[in-house]
Amino acid sequence: MNPTNQTVQQAQAGSLSAPPEPLPNAAPPMVSFEAVTKRFGTDDENQFTALDGVDLSVARGAITGIIGRSGAGKSTLIRLVNGLEKATSGRVVVDGIEVGGLSETGLRDLRRQVGMIFQHFNLLSSRTAFENVALPLEIAGLDGKSIRDKVTPLLDLVGLGDKSKRYPAELSGGQKQRVGIARALATSPKLLLSDEATSALDPETTQSILDLLKRINAELGLTVLLITHEMEVVKTIASDVAVIDRGKIVEAGRTFDVFTGAKHETTRSLLSAALGTKLPEWVGSKLKPQPSIGDRVLVRLIFFGSTAFQPLTGRLVAELGADVNILAGSIEEIAGEPYGSLVVAYPADPAVLERANRFYTATGLQTEVLGYVA
Amino acid sequence: MSPDMLFSLLSKSLLQTLQMVAIAGLLGSLVGLPIGVFLATSGKGELFPAPVSNRVIGAIVNAARSTPFIILVVAIIPFTRLVTGTSIGTNAAIVPLTIATIPFFARLVEAAIREIDKGLIEAARAMGATPLQIVFKVLLAEAKPGITLGFTMTIVSLIGYSAMVGAVGGGGLGDLGIRYGYQRFMPEVMLAVVVVLIVLVQLVQSAGDALARRFDKRNRKT
Repeated sequence: MNPTNQTVQQAQAGSLSAPPEPLPNAAPPMVSFEAVTKRFGTDDENQFTALDGVDLSVARGAITGIIGRSGAGKSTLIRLVNGLEKATSGRVVVDGIEVGGLSETGLRDLRRQVGMIFQHFNLLSSRTAFENVALPLEIAGLDGKSIRDKVTPLLDLVGLGDKSKRYPAELSGGQKQRVGIARALATSPKLLLSDEATSALDPETTQSILDLLKRINAELGLTVLLITHEMEVVKTIASDVAVIDRGKIVEAGRTFDVFTGAKHETTRSLLSAALGTKLPEWVGSKLKPQPSIGDRVLVRLIFFGSTAFQPLTGRLVAELGADVNILAGSIEEIAGEPYGSLVVAYPADPAVLERANRFYTATGLQTEVLGYVA
Repeated sequence: MSPDMLFSLLSKSLLQTLQMVAIAGLLGSLVGLPIGVFLATSGKGELFPAPVSNRVIGAIVNAARSTPFIILVVAIIPFTRLVTGTSIGTNAAIVPLTIATIPFFARLVEAAIREIDKGLIEAARAMGATPLQIVFKVLLAEAKPGITLGFTMTIVSLIGYSAMVGAVGGGGLGDLGIRYGYQRFMPEVMLAVVVVLIVLVQLVQSAGDALARRFDKRNRKT
């Protein structure tokens, strides 16, 4: 990043409608990781540390996203929750039960209370949609009638009531994932793990699957823990987020707070793609850290909270009394709240800059000086 | 040779072949199936990790498969006598045929199971399935088309092997072809035997393919 970046954080207390905060200590977390480390390989040369001292808690009833690049340790992290992987050290606690201390039988009981969906759906090709959803119930030892009573409403819930006799090969990607979701819900779990569930789907289908997950979270009160490399997914449905990089959690909190105040480089780079805040190439390549006479300053204006709803851009042009041009911009919704980003350029003239700063202070607009162009 | 005589020789030999192939095929596959499942699931980090047994059984299977069948027939004569009370005749021939089928089919079952996406095993584990439930509900169910094709291949190979058991008086079509067609210079007998064998193999293969296609739901059109 540019070393001369300066963030002008304006005081916004009182002017913001604060996002709803969870009651502190209302309920113990659904999942907590305590100093969890996972190494693969036995000898020193081949040893690989996938997770390195991870501390994280997943709130009950929330949708929590863990985001990171491939190889960051996301998959390992989510597999520790249902014991598909075992931690090398540290504790993973699911609903008060320490996963590492469970016997094989205990682990199987836990897994029946934790549903999981997968990137490649992992449906049995030899079974119909109905029979796939029935599988976890057969495994749990239910009889045919109980299974039917359970599977039929689940297929209706995911919108596949008319496809129960279809085989996976006869279904589209989105439909397969719906079957996967119904299957994961069959044993009425309290926690749903999503392993890149939308990464193999097109954007439109992704959206419909995310809507379904959101609805299930709201209607069934199910806690959802998802891993993804797509910021879009987190932005759309996760109320909480943790950013993982090289086996470490580098940032965690309410999605809106993490996104709007991203500090870590990984978060910023993942965000810039998702929020449309990446500068166009032709601007980025000409950017200078210091102004010379006659240059224009590039400023990123960030709108969120109360500033998102005001007609500030028009007023800015009027206040500055100079020509302002817009270079990049987007308006997004993060965890249900609006977030806008606009890159503007205006003359780096001391008088103009002075007026601009007064305007920012008065309105509470968050700004970031990106650099200067001739 | 009169057509009547040829027909009676052919039908007698065909019945012997069918008897040997059917019994050896069923018995051998029944024993070979669990061995194949074991080979596919007992490697390091797999469902029933037993790497040492896996390697030992794998080595035995390889040894049995690399022994020429005609040598196997002779080598296990004492065992054959123990089982059937005799070392010659059709029943006696079934013993080496069965023994040869076991490792052959086991490797085919292993290959069919290894074809299955590991993600399915992971999904079943995530549902809380026991290793045995995974074998029956996931592995065998998903490998059914592959195992069916493997069984077909086994039967076809057995038809070929059964031609060699004439050496111990097993009879069958191959024996007929050698004794009449070759040793008594009767090319028409040889030709008849080859035609019957071709038709037999074709029938077995077509039936196996059709069955495997029925079991295979992976390429269904929407």
